[in-house]
Amino acid sequence: MSAITRDEVSHLARLSRLALGDSELDHLAAQLDQIISAVARVQEVAAEDIPPTSHALPLTNVYRTDEIRPCLPPEQALSGAPAAEEQRFRVPRILDEEA
Amino acid sequence: MSTPTLMDYDEALARFEPVLGIETHIELGTASKMFCGCPTGFGAEPNTQVCPVCLGLPGSLPVTNHAAIEGIIKIGLALNCDIVEWCRFARKNYFYPDMPKNFQISQYDEPLCVDGHLEVDVDGDTYRIEIERVHMEEDTGKSLHVGGSTGRIHGAEYSLVDYNRAGIPLVEIVTKPIVATGDKAPLVARAYATELRELVRSLGVSDVRMEQGSMRCDVNVSLMPRGATEWGTRTETKNVNSLRSVERAVRSEIERQGGVLADGGRVVQETRHFHEDTGRTTSGRSKEEAQDYRYFPEPDLVPMAPSRAWVEEVRASLPELPAARRRRIQQEWDLSDLELRDVVNAGAVDLIEATIAHGSDATSARKWWMNQLSRQATEQGVELAELPVTPEQVARVQAMIIAGELNDKLARKVFEGVLAGEGTPDEVVAARGLKVVSDEGELASVVDQVIADNAGVADKVRAGKVAAAGALVGAVMKATRGQADAGRARELILERLGAS
Repeated sequence: MSAITRDEVSHLARLSRLALGDSELDHLAAQLDQIISAVARVQEVAAEDIPPTSHALPLTNVYRTDEIRPCLPPEQALSGAPAAEEQRFRVPRILDEEA
Repeated sequence: MSTPTLMDYDEALARFEPVLGIETHIELGTASKMFCGCPTGFGAEPNTQVCPVCLGLPGSLPVTNHAAIEGIIKIGLALNCDIVEWCRFARKNYFYPDMPKNFQISQYDEPLCVDGHLEVDVDGDTYRIEIERVHMEEDTGKSLHVGGSTGRIHGAEYSLVDYNRAGIPLVEIVTKPIVATGDKAPLVARAYATELRELVRSLGVSDVRMEQGSMRCDVNVSLMPRGATEWGTRTETKNVNSLRSVERAVRSEIERQGGVLADGGRVVQETRHFHEDTGRTTSGRSKEEAQDYRYFPEPDLVPMAPSRAWVEEVRASLPELPAARRRRIQQEWDLSDLELRDVVNAGAVDLIEATIAHGSDATSARKWWMNQLSRQATEQGVELAELPVTPEQVARVQAMIIAGELNDKLARKVFEGVLAGEGTPDEVVAARGLKVVSDEGELASVVDQVIADNAGVADKVRAGKVAAAGALVGAVMKATRGQADAGRARELILERLGAS
């Protein structure tokens, strides 16, 4: 039984705004299946008494004081954007499926 | 999409029982953002308050703002929540350009504050609103949709995004389902939002200005047939940005869903948008498929474990909360329930309290703010606190009345002058010559003249009809253009007519 179905990959692709063709879906579904299966082996050694790890360091409560630091100049902030207009990031229309 | 028939509100309530849920987002008024040092001021030029962290640039790392955590703990404690001993942030993944990282740092199954409640009053009944959770997250950027006819998201050709707001500390307060409110549901929703706003404002952790978006409500509404035990499908109306709109949005959804259900239709679980102009909601994105946020613990931020000592320290630092304050002022100012409600609704509590602090008595302070000044505010369409008159000035006018330098009529003229920008009360008194005529000799000569001019009335008073003296007092006031001390004038009249 596969760890991830082709339909699930298709769904994820849509959420990720990736336009994948049929052959790509076949290809990636198989690859992702292998990757997930490989990672899933970790579960074989996960015992009841071992809590899931979310952080590598045994730290809590790391805070900064509420102080203002310098920002980026807007031209620099926008310099990596594919498109900008009126000092704003220009992005394709949102929710095109409902327009 | 067909337009469903709306059901008459009373009919909808006769057939269905509404269940509400309210999610409120409140931006905290910290100096810097949640996870970086960018400032948080409202109204700055676009993308001038951004840095690698809030733009999600590679290699940047967030660090939690201590003041924001203290702020949310204050809110949690004020809402009677438990503050958990350990919790984590979580990544909420989604592909929507209002967050440049493709995720929002939020909290998922480990909120910082849980199991609280807030009591609200509607028409003399108290409703206890249970709070499910209060969690910490970051606000998103602001999108400007270009090309659509309405500026809304539908029909837009492209969007322009400003990330100044992205990363501002945001507290989300989620109620448990609010049941058994019947036809009061819209009012309960509004009362809850009002009370929550007052509460957070009293804590000083946010300016909670709905019109600027620092407080935003999402209102969930579902209907179930009366007598049913299973709740209906709910809709979530987003970003309702005034207290009045909270009430209208609930009412509108009750009418709409009632119409859908009565036609044998099915309410679709979806996000809806509220329109201020029509008071109606329209369909937004459908939630059924999109809601796959793949939450996981935020690896870039270590867990929070607020010490019990800190929590108790914060608890001890809480100011007097609005409900306790209302109880106190009701007693101290000797108000009926109705008078208290009027004072609260007029936004006059702080102003009256400050006026008292400047030496006025409670009754007079309330009288000025609730009568002449409230009328002015209403006429000008502004909040009472926005009038160009200060509590100190109101107290000063009242002090002049006590000293016999002004009477009520003159005081009203003084306030007219102050509101018209003519200066302080003392300056207006001087400029308009509004002093009470306290010169005994001058007043006496006016009184004598009035008695001479009104011989008929004077005879009646002499004959023992003391009530008739009122007409003479009125004539004195008229002759002095309202500047005489009416009480003293009356004494003089009665003295002269041997009726005292």
